[in-house]
Amino acid sequence: MSYNAGKYDIAVIGAGHAGCEAALAAARMGMKTLLFSISLEAVANMPCNPHIGGSSKGHLVREIDCLGGEMAKNIDKTLIQLRMLNTSKGPAVYSLRAQADRKMYQMEMKHTLEKQENLYLKQAEIVDIQVEEGKVKAIETNIGAIYEVDSIIVATGTYLKGKIHIGEVSFESGPDGVFPSIKLSSALKKLGIELLRFKTGTPARINRKSVDFSKMEIQEGDSNLTAFSFEDELDEKIEQLPCYLTYTNSKTHEVIRKNLHRSPLYSGKIEGTGPRYCPSIEDKVVRFADKERHQIFIEPMGRNTDEMYVQGMSSSLPEDVQLEMYRTIAGLENVEFTRPAYAIEYDCINPLELKLSLEHKKIQNLFFAGQINGTSGYEEAASQGIIAGINSALKLKGKEPIILDRSQAYIGVLIDDIITKGTNEPYRMMTSRAEYRLLLRQDNTDLRLTDIGYEVGLISEERYRNFCQKRENIKNEIERLGKTIIKPTNEVNEFLRKNTSSEISGGIKLIDLLKRSELNYEKLKEIDKDRPILSKIEAEEVEIQVKYEGYIKLQEAQVEKFKKLENKKIPEDIIYANIKGLRLEARQKLDKIRPISIGQAARISGVSPADVNVLHIYIEQEKNKSSKKE
Amino acid sequence: MSTIAAISTATSNGGIGIIRMSGKNSFEILNKIFVPFSKTKNQIKGYSIKFGYIIDPKTKEKIDEVLVSFFIGPKSYTTENMCEINSHGGLVIEKKILQLCIENGAELAEPGEFTKRAFLNGRIDLTQAESVIDLINSKNDNEAKASINQLEGSLSRKIRDIRDKLLDVMADIEANIDYPEYDIEEVTNIKIKKVLNDIKSDLLKLVDTFENGKLLKEGVKTIILGKPNAGKSSLLNAILEEDRAIVSEYAGTTRDTIEEFVNIKGISLKLIDTAGIRHTDDRIEEIGVQKALKLSQDADLIIAIFDGSKELDKEDLEILNIIKDKKSIVLLNKKDLGDIKLENREVIKNSCNNIIKISAKNKEGIEDIYNMISNMFNNNEISMNDGVIITNIRHKNQIDKAINSINEAIEANENGLPIDIVSIPIKQVLNDLSAITGEDVSEDIINEIFSKFCLGK
Repeated sequence: MSYNAGKYDIAVIGAGHAGCEAALAAARMGMKTLLFSISLEAVANMPCNPHIGGSSKGHLVREIDCLGGEMAKNIDKTLIQLRMLNTSKGPAVYSLRAQADRKMYQMEMKHTLEKQENLYLKQAEIVDIQVEEGKVKAIETNIGAIYEVDSIIVATGTYLKGKIHIGEVSFESGPDGVFPSIKLSSALKKLGIELLRFKTGTPARINRKSVDFSKMEIQEGDSNLTAFSFEDELDEKIEQLPCYLTYTNSKTHEVIRKNLHRSPLYSGKIEGTGPRYCPSIEDKVVRFADKERHQIFIEPMGRNTDEMYVQGMSSSLPEDVQLEMYRTIAGLENVEFTRPAYAIEYDCINPLELKLSLEHKKIQNLFFAGQINGTSGYEEAASQGIIAGINSALKLKGKEPIILDRSQAYIGVLIDDIITKGTNEPYRMMTSRAEYRLLLRQDNTDLRLTDIGYEVGLISEERYRNFCQKRENIKNEIERLGKTIIKPTNEVNEFLRKNTSSEISGGIKLIDLLKRSELNYEKLKEIDKDRPILSKIEAEEVEIQVKYEGYIKLQEAQVEKFKKLENKKIPEDIIYANIKGLRLEARQKLDKIRPISIGQAARISGVSPADVNVLHIYIEQEKNKSSKKE
Repeated sequence: MSTIAAISTATSNGGIGIIRMSGKNSFEILNKIFVPFSKTKNQIKGYSIKFGYIIDPKTKEKIDEVLVSFFIGPKSYTTENMCEINSHGGLVIEKKILQLCIENGAELAEPGEFTKRAFLNGRIDLTQAESVIDLINSKNDNEAKASINQLEGSLSRKIRDIRDKLLDVMADIEANIDYPEYDIEEVTNIKIKKVLNDIKSDLLKLVDTFENGKLLKEGVKTIILGKPNAGKSSLLNAILEEDRAIVSEYAGTTRDTIEEFVNIKGISLKLIDTAGIRHTDDRIEEIGVQKALKLSQDADLIIAIFDGSKELDKEDLEILNIIKDKKSIVLLNKKDLGDIKLENREVIKNSCNNIIKISAKNKEGIEDIYNMISNMFNNNEISMNDGVIITNIRHKNQIDKAINSINEAIEANENGLPIDIVSIPIKQVLNDLSAITGEDVSEDIINEIFSKFCLGK
């Protein structure tokens, strides 16, 4: 029996990292928003590794923050270890990475959802999506509640027809023993949506008391803590928990090789495509046969638990084999499992069916976000979540969607990649995917995105005021450095000698001294006594902008070129079959992906520069035709 | 819009070639490389022609005597300022002039770009514009075919070698950045210094092959050997498809060597027809014979032709001896006269495995020769003396860009900048080269990372 459960603006299916951001953004933008989870104990769960951030993923978290999202604040509140990675490798790739207290993270996020006005968090499995005249109409739960909604965001993660494999054993399940979502999969299929099968995996959890840490290297957190959110400041005295590093050895590898025939990955029982980015230990041993050892990180799952996570040992081998191989590792000789490693297969959609706004191309007001779009990772999921949340709300308000381009944000790169090129394995963000990496730094995230977050209404007035002040301070200080002339006094040359920098004989601009690699903003204070007081973050920003100015300008010039093509929009109603001169392959690809700009069209594989020219001319022709008619 | 330039005439060795420039800086660029004879005012009038020299502004060297026609926008094909340089120097000179235009500020035009501009600037109407698309397509097809042919050869091998080195460095850098917590060797400025320099020298070598205009001077040096009247000249004619060499029914009419350049399946061959090998008292012929023997010594490929209707004689055996340790093809000619007698002779098989029966007179079996040459080339059995030759100005242009980028990378690296900064120009080199080979850089780097390193959890 079904019943009418009321009318809402937006329903979000799934309360993982994508769903939470989507629901919060929509509710904060004034939409009456439903958020469903199969289990409320699984809200914002980290069923795989217990950390947030890392190279390029840390960037994503900060971008979410500057658009007004929650992930950064939530991890700031619940982290148990923090490190800034890549500090020796250049400003563009500095990356924050935090270990989370997993339960705390979940509870904190759940509480934020509960407190949020306009947001209705509910435990239910969604079994059907009703569409009328190509437009979303209602949503139905497993116990027959029918909610009338104007917009739906599907964020089912790895739950959709989830199937867990542990050796010869396999069963239908979501991650971490939660129910899978079975019926929704066929409902999507019925709507004509293509489903792909992907796979991912996770290592065993172990009990701390069965581990001998004296045989491992200890890895502590940083002493200088930088918050993920631009609004947060972290307490430097916060107690941090260490991680530990150990290695596999030839015995481990022998156990694996001997038992490969029992792995469902190798026996062909698993059909899903797994990511190269998270290989199982059996994959690593097979593919890199000559590598003598692999790193294994032992990471705490939280402050109030002795469960630990064994990063690097994800596997789908049977439990007895898992135990045998884990126990060959230094420090794990007597290890006790709390949960075995497993591989999980799940349904996802082909992201080529979506627009850059994350709305489905054929079904109006149906959005998709997160792992269901073929990505992997919490941060990737949350990034899409906030964009889908914002865009579904904007659509209901009759406004244009927010589409970040590749020169604005990693989020832009991520969405453009999957929507334009599709993906044949779970997609992971990497800094090398960004063409304009030097502009997409983590330090300038607020400068890049706060305006947009404010415009859509997710950044508070107070935060925006502070941000504008900061932006002004940075600009003024760089101007001042450019105008201030340092004279060759004895004091100045003494200072330069002391810092092994060449002395000056005439006046020199302060900004030029700052560009010298042996000097920095902090050191220059000695000969720049009357400088304005800047916060540490502002000073850092000034320094980066000045020191790398040449390279930044170079990338900015590239971006200008790139924007020219991005700004050449393709009419939405274009009929590719009418364009004489397009090659067949190009015509089919263009018709399937329906790019919004000439720039996006040029990134589609199978569309040649000649096709792009033809398309360009056709569009100009049509423009001329219609202007002549007027 | 930028100023563009291209060779507008077909790229054959015709008598006159036109290099066209369009854009607001056309006249300015021309001024740098053109010295008119007339000492009258430097004023430029539309629809006028000036006579003078093209010079290389760097060396002041005179390149060619030319006529330049001027068109002042909007009264021109593209509605922009345009000029057309009429040269008579052949392909090498045309390319040199185009190169000068580019060095002095013009960009190389895309296929069909003049027409595209004419359309976008409203110069041609809609009906005419329909044909623009066809034009772009056809131009592109031809160009694509030409470049693919070239790419199947050693140029693509060479570029792939350089690309592999670049991908290798990039994978090291990117894996370092994207997987900082893994135990992969740290990339430092010092470590990548050598490989950056290697890449630079590879690129310089590559670009040099163009600079010297070797296109027409070099090629796979191919000697045609054979007794008088074995059919050498008929063969050459069949290949050239015109009666350039004199063919006569009497032995010994081809006295000196004839050189011809032909393009066979994208491979440039310098064909040399020698005087027939025959012991003779005739001094002129003797010079020819000795020259043939000498040329054979440094040939890349020898095509030995025998009269298949006759038995081998002493001179034939001498030829077989010459080709013994060489890359060679044996042609048994005159199958039009009946069965080839020589087909299974051990003495031939001992000298050469590539045996083809032909009729040069009826042009039968010529395609087989082409296929054979193409196979040998692709299997690396034969190559040009200098390895790779760049003939396409677009390729040359890309490689020049790559050299600029690698210089930037080397400079950044020497200045001790962080590796992610150094990686920007390195990636640019990859992009520059990929414009030639048409591969996706980002995906290739990621593939390289994961084939090289064991990463992830």
